[in-house]
Amino acid sequence: MSEMKEKLVFDRPESVIDRPTHYCPGCHHGIAHRLIGELLDEMDLAEKTLMVTSIGCSVFLYNYLNADAVEAPHGRAPAVATGVKRARPDKFVFTYQGDGDLASIGMAEIMHAANRGEKMCVVFVNNTVYGMTGGQMAPTTMIGQITTTTPAGRCQTHEGAPIRMTEIIASLGGTAFAARAALNTVPNIKKAKKYLKKAFEFQLNGTGFGFVELLSGCPTNWKMTPLKANERIKDEMIPYFPLGIYKDVSEEGGVC
Amino acid sequence: MSKKTERIFVKGNEAIARGALAAKCKCFFGYPITPQNDIPEFMSSEIIKAGGDFVQAESEVAAANMLLGAGATGVRAMTSSSSPGIALKQEAISYMAGSEVPAVIVNMNRGGPGLGDIGPAQGDYYQSTRGGGHGDYRHFTLGPGTVQEAYDLTIKAFDIAFTHRTPVLILGDAILGQMKEPITPWEPENIDEEAGRDWAITGRTDGREKRLIKSLFLEEGALAEQNRHLQAKYDSWKDLTEAEQFETEDADLIICAYGSIGRIAKSAVRKFRKDGKKVGLFRPITLYPFPSDELKALAEQGKRFLTIEHNLGQMLDDVRLAIRTVADSDFYPIYPGNLPTPDELEEPILKCLEGK
Repeated sequence: MSEMKEKLVFDRPESVIDRPTHYCPGCHHGIAHRLIGELLDEMDLAEKTLMVTSIGCSVFLYNYLNADAVEAPHGRAPAVATGVKRARPDKFVFTYQGDGDLASIGMAEIMHAANRGEKMCVVFVNNTVYGMTGGQMAPTTMIGQITTTTPAGRCQTHEGAPIRMTEIIASLGGTAFAARAALNTVPNIKKAKKYLKKAFEFQLNGTGFGFVELLSGCPTNWKMTPLKANERIKDEMIPYFPLGIYKDVSEEGGVC
Repeated sequence: MSKKTERIFVKGNEAIARGALAAKCKCFFGYPITPQNDIPEFMSSEIIKAGGDFVQAESEVAAANMLLGAGATGVRAMTSSSSPGIALKQEAISYMAGSEVPAVIVNMNRGGPGLGDIGPAQGDYYQSTRGGGHGDYRHFTLGPGTVQEAYDLTIKAFDIAFTHRTPVLILGDAILGQMKEPITPWEPENIDEEAGRDWAITGRTDGREKRLIKSLFLEEGALAEQNRHLQAKYDSWKDLTEAEQFETEDADLIICAYGSIGRIAKSAVRKFRKDGKKVGLFRPITLYPFPSDELKALAEQGKRFLTIEHNLGQMLDDVRLAIRTVADSDFYPIYPGNLPTPDELEEPILKCLEGK
């Protein structure tokens, strides 16, 4: 009998800390964390990374990724990251924010950081709901979606329409890269990593602001099984929040 | 030890900006509001020339959060504003206190409440000395009374911020900010620009453990422990108080006043002294920690007190707390919207002196 040799084909990235997360079953934060961790390893960035975490489920990013971090007040991560990057321009800086944090209370901070072309990256996790506080309406909540503050479903005439952030960010002068991906299927996850890598590269070569939106599931607050949640991303979210690259200045000749 | 330079004639606002540069401030985050605009205007060019960076933020909220970010990396950074803008910065100031981020914040106090006016006032004393944001915290608060002192205390503010890992607030007003006086700038020596090397987020280089700058403490007992630690720090500041005493030794009546009003009161005291009347001035320079022991020592000598403020009675609480076991203080309010002169203070001082 020939000797069997085991070959490790899948492992935890070094930048991802070996500990259980606090996330609910089926939550996509773990996938987003892993993608970032893989890139920090592959691009050899962990030691020069300064993370800015936000308020919401994702505040504990700093417990799961092995890099220095500062905790920002609700919505202010792009402002805090601006201060971090201006003070330490040689470091790699990114924020990690949910939809309530980024698109509601932090709307001014995200718009102006992008418009100034801050040399940083923003990872925007959009699951159409305030997760940590128990499932209230977010700016990205879909029309008709039931949340704890829209018990009859979000109504456009009363609560407004869901905000498409990537489209808005792509329209701003300082944005070098803006794209939207989803974390519901393996091909989509692969694309998400590609977009994140591109956004990271735009910071490293000093081009400008990089923004990647990740459509994510929140089975707990959507009151769905994880599989159903993945289907909802495909059937309801992607048609309203189309995937793809919305701005890439390397194809346009750069930002001023 | 310091290197003195030539005298210059500048506004209080510019003196603060120059003091910050002398203290090796590397990042400034501003937002327009009267009467502090000279500070960001000066910084927008000068801090760049000094190798630093300037951002005009989208709001006071953002400017203060940029300060939080820069301070977390161990870099000397600053923001300035005026009353309504300082109210907006309180969120980030609370976070800086909670996560022990050193930074300097300047408040050129204007009239309030609400939009108030753009004139001088001292209505932000409570906000400045009680921890104006949410939660149980304090920060150092310095109240300069002259343009030279504005320069000196700005340098001191950075020193305190980095020695004690705390936000430090400089509380001036429209008089101090807009008044021009000759000052002698000086350059502090031996500033340790890497003072944050033991705690700041600078990247996990050399394989060190990752660092977190945070104010969230969810584990059982963790927040109590953090707040105990913060309170011990605040308690340790009680020996760092500073106050100017002018003609207090043989005075029967002590005027307690800070900042611009302290200076105006000093002129009134001089006038009374010319007339042989035994009036003195006690001018707190550190507003938090408040120089309670010094004041109490005066009270124990049997002196009487009159607190004069450009508000409706805020520092008065601290004066009364300091002397409560032996004496009390009368109070004379100057309402915002008025620019007081030494002459106007004569009558209330005289009344108090004569026990009326």
